[in-house]
Amino acid sequence: MKNKVFPHPFIANSTIADWKSMLCELKIKGIQDLYSDIPTKFLLKRKLNLASPLSELETFKHVSRILSRDTSCRDMSVFVGAGAWLHYIPAAVSEIVSRSEFLTSYTQYQPEASQGMLMALFEYQSLMAELLEMDVVNASMYDWATALGEAGRMCGRLTGRSEVVIPKFTSPDRRATLQTYIDPIGMRIVDVAQSREDGQIVFENLIEKVSSDTAAVYLENPSYLGFLETEVDAIAEVSHDAGALFVVGVDPTSLGIIRPPGDYGADIVVGEGQPFGNPVNFGGPLLGILACKKDIKMIRAMPGRIIGMTTTVDEMQRAFAMSLQTREQHIRRGEATSNICTNNALCALASAVYLSLLGKSGIHELSEHILAKTKYAIKKFSSTDGVEVPLFKAPHFKEFTIRFKRRHADDVLRELLEHKICGGKSLVPEFPELGESVLTCITELHSKQQIDNYTDTLDQLLR
Amino acid sequence: MYRQSRWNEPLIFEISREGAVGHVLPALEKEISSELKEALNEIPKEMRRKMLNLPEVSELEVVRHFTRLSQMNYGISLGAYPLGSCTMKYNPVVNEKIASLENVQNVHPLQHQRTTQGNLELLYKLEKTLCEITGMHKFSFIPAAGAQGELLGCLMMKAYHKEHGEKRRKVIVPDSAHGTNPASAQMAGFELDVVKSDETGCVDIKELSKIATEETAGLMLTNPNTLGIFERNIEEIVQIIHDVGGLLYYDGANLNAIMGKVRPGDMGFDIAHLNVHKTFSTPHGGGGPGAGPVGVKKELQEFLPAPTVEYDSATNSYYLNYDRPKAVGKIKMFYGNFSVYVKTYAYILMMGVEGLRLAAEASVLGSNYLLNKLRELKGVAVPFNSRQPRKHEFVLSLSKLAKDTGVRALDVAKRFLDYGVHAPITYFPLIIDEAFMVEPTESETRRELDNVAKIMSEIIDEAYKKPEKALGAPYNTSVGRINEVKASHPKTLCLSWRMHKRGSRGA
Repeated sequence: MKNKVFPHPFIANSTIADWKSMLCELKIKGIQDLYSDIPTKFLLKRKLNLASPLSELETFKHVSRILSRDTSCRDMSVFVGAGAWLHYIPAAVSEIVSRSEFLTSYTQYQPEASQGMLMALFEYQSLMAELLEMDVVNASMYDWATALGEAGRMCGRLTGRSEVVIPKFTSPDRRATLQTYIDPIGMRIVDVAQSREDGQIVFENLIEKVSSDTAAVYLENPSYLGFLETEVDAIAEVSHDAGALFVVGVDPTSLGIIRPPGDYGADIVVGEGQPFGNPVNFGGPLLGILACKKDIKMIRAMPGRIIGMTTTVDEMQRAFAMSLQTREQHIRRGEATSNICTNNALCALASAVYLSLLGKSGIHELSEHILAKTKYAIKKFSSTDGVEVPLFKAPHFKEFTIRFKRRHADDVLRELLEHKICGGKSLVPEFPELGESVLTCITELHSKQQIDNYTDTLDQLLR
Repeated sequence: MYRQSRWNEPLIFEISREGAVGHVLPALEKEISSELKEALNEIPKEMRRKMLNLPEVSELEVVRHFTRLSQMNYGISLGAYPLGSCTMKYNPVVNEKIASLENVQNVHPLQHQRTTQGNLELLYKLEKTLCEITGMHKFSFIPAAGAQGELLGCLMMKAYHKEHGEKRRKVIVPDSAHGTNPASAQMAGFELDVVKSDETGCVDIKELSKIATEETAGLMLTNPNTLGIFERNIEEIVQIIHDVGGLLYYDGANLNAIMGKVRPGDMGFDIAHLNVHKTFSTPHGGGGPGAGPVGVKKELQEFLPAPTVEYDSATNSYYLNYDRPKAVGKIKMFYGNFSVYVKTYAYILMMGVEGLRLAAEASVLGSNYLLNKLRELKGVAVPFNSRQPRKHEFVLSLSKLAKDTGVRALDVAKRFLDYGVHAPITYFPLIIDEAFMVEPTESETRRELDNVAKIMSEIIDEAYKKPEKALGAPYNTSVGRINEVKASHPKTLCLSWRMHKRGSRGA
């Protein structure tokens, strides 16, 4: 059935009476008069080839029907992370971020009317700063990959140098994004070796690669492949001795137990905040973290919005406002530190609520649970014939590698899927030198039963 | 009279109480908890965290805290939000419900594509829809926001020229352009050429002809432009740029005015981004997330980044195509802000072909109606061809008011807040003195537009009688006028609780 178009429920300004009176007041015959300046040849002479409006109910059904072709993480066991991770989201987080006062507001160009979001973003910055042991966190980037890209540019600006040294087992997607971001300003990536034995950076190689051209040394810890780098202080020292900045990438869910990068000399920290209160959403939106130390030169080189604490003009009240806007595109235009405008503020709000709820003990517990489950899973997989797990002799957190000795990774993953198990991400295209391997992820959401089911099924498949 | 909530709310750190718990995790199975010690011991002591200064707060306190903060935040669901350039239209509530479906939130991007057919189908269908609306040939969903779309567009310009054996150094932007345009061009490694606006507020064609050379990679243009004026010489503009071998980039920020009426592709644009959080009603989220899909003409399609979403009719299935040898490099993880696109798709379905066009027309009608009322006010001028109809937004100059009374655009904006209406954008575009940029959108009724006009009229009257009132505004918001200079001054800079606590203000 064809729905009525005029007026439309979403277009408050569409009753016939309102239109008539407004046209009358403007002394024009019809709406076309307001488009009279558009060259006739460009005015569409036809209707767009799209359907007529559907009602809310019809739309809900229509979209649900399309989406019903998916299998969600509730209908199978998904053991994949690699950039977006499945975690439990407390009900209070969803409740707060869906409040329309937050949801339907925009960037706080009028801070007096937007104290709520400003204060929440200041809290996000502050909570994340504590977790990372850094001083300044911006109000959000799009994701970890773009945060890294921007960090690379930031290091170029700060040092006037052209190389970013990154370890071999860095996430290839993040590496590629960094490449895209730094290439236009003549910067390039230099690879440094990581031991095939234990994943640790090959120190002699690092010393060889770091030079007076090095703008930054980048380290992901825990790494993309889940292993922990332990010689962090030495890496920081080598970087700093060469006059380079030390940039560390983190999954912040590890920081309840693992030493925070701010404590081992990181000048800039990037990471993915999605695990704190944001669903995976088929890969977006995510939450890019970007942090630095209290150094005015560095802060001024940062991209993106930063919220600061101040007072009212009469100094009677504490207040919050966007800080250091002269770095940004709406003021500095072609000289801005970045073009970012719309960011991922609502995801940052979710993280602030999540971190407030879990707090000191909760975040510690979260890290412990993931660590213990990862250990349990690695042990279970190790007892399976025909696999090597993990490929690196080092402590692992959340992610680890499994190599199939006699089968193709893609075949095993496909067969696992028949048993409603999404077993991991194949590493064959990214790191062929690791053989027929997959990257598998365990979070606090995975139960013992799910892990056991995975290993038992694998056992059968490989037999 | 409007009164925003004032809660005098402390920071979450200040309500921390030792031992309070806001959330508990399920107990670990004993076979798992027994692994914890060994796992912890494997981590060298020096790599373990020593202390963690996060707050300890109960769940109720957290819920109350953030609910109070929400009450100190103004959104579209509370009242008019005529923030020029941002298209703050109604965000349909049902879209939030749809986007929180299990198959939106809990599908992992790296699941086997056999299990994500629904999501891929939705993106594929949305792509076809956006192509029809814009007249472009193919879209990438990857850019997270308009600005990232611009960066991608500039990178594609570069790739296109490189493919043709050229290295073009310059991108042209008008002096009225959004700040993101020059910033994006610069990020992509281009030098900028700024073309001035003529006395009608449009790109100065003569000057453009002079600036455009074989060094020009392309021109970035918003149409209607940031003054709300349609660039009526668009055909010549396109001609000038194409004649020197450059490309035309469409900044989709202002598409709302012409949806269903004119298509960027038909005007000759080669690349276009859309701001779905503007034109297609997805919530602005207090600053994001939005999404900035980028569409291109056929001759540029091979440069769109991987993966693109494709359909294979042989197997009746959708897939992600990574086999794109000429694609520009990766700009972001995964495939774009999917949940935002679900809302976009649902919005377009509910608007339908007639609704999209109606939205454009209603936004333009409302904007001209309001302009007609405001232009009569004392101290207000409408620069550039003042009698020419505007589109979805218009820009006033309050410079006479400022000269007469000392009350500047900034003060008028602050006084607006006292009436429970969000203020327009001020001081943009830069080519207008004391600019006051108003975009009411199709979401405001005639009554609300009358109300905004009445507020403006009262504020101006007051400015001539008692200017100190506006100079001290706002009074009814949760805090009074904020010292923004202090928020950025090196001596008082405080960007985190950590900086505050250490007392040593400043960096």
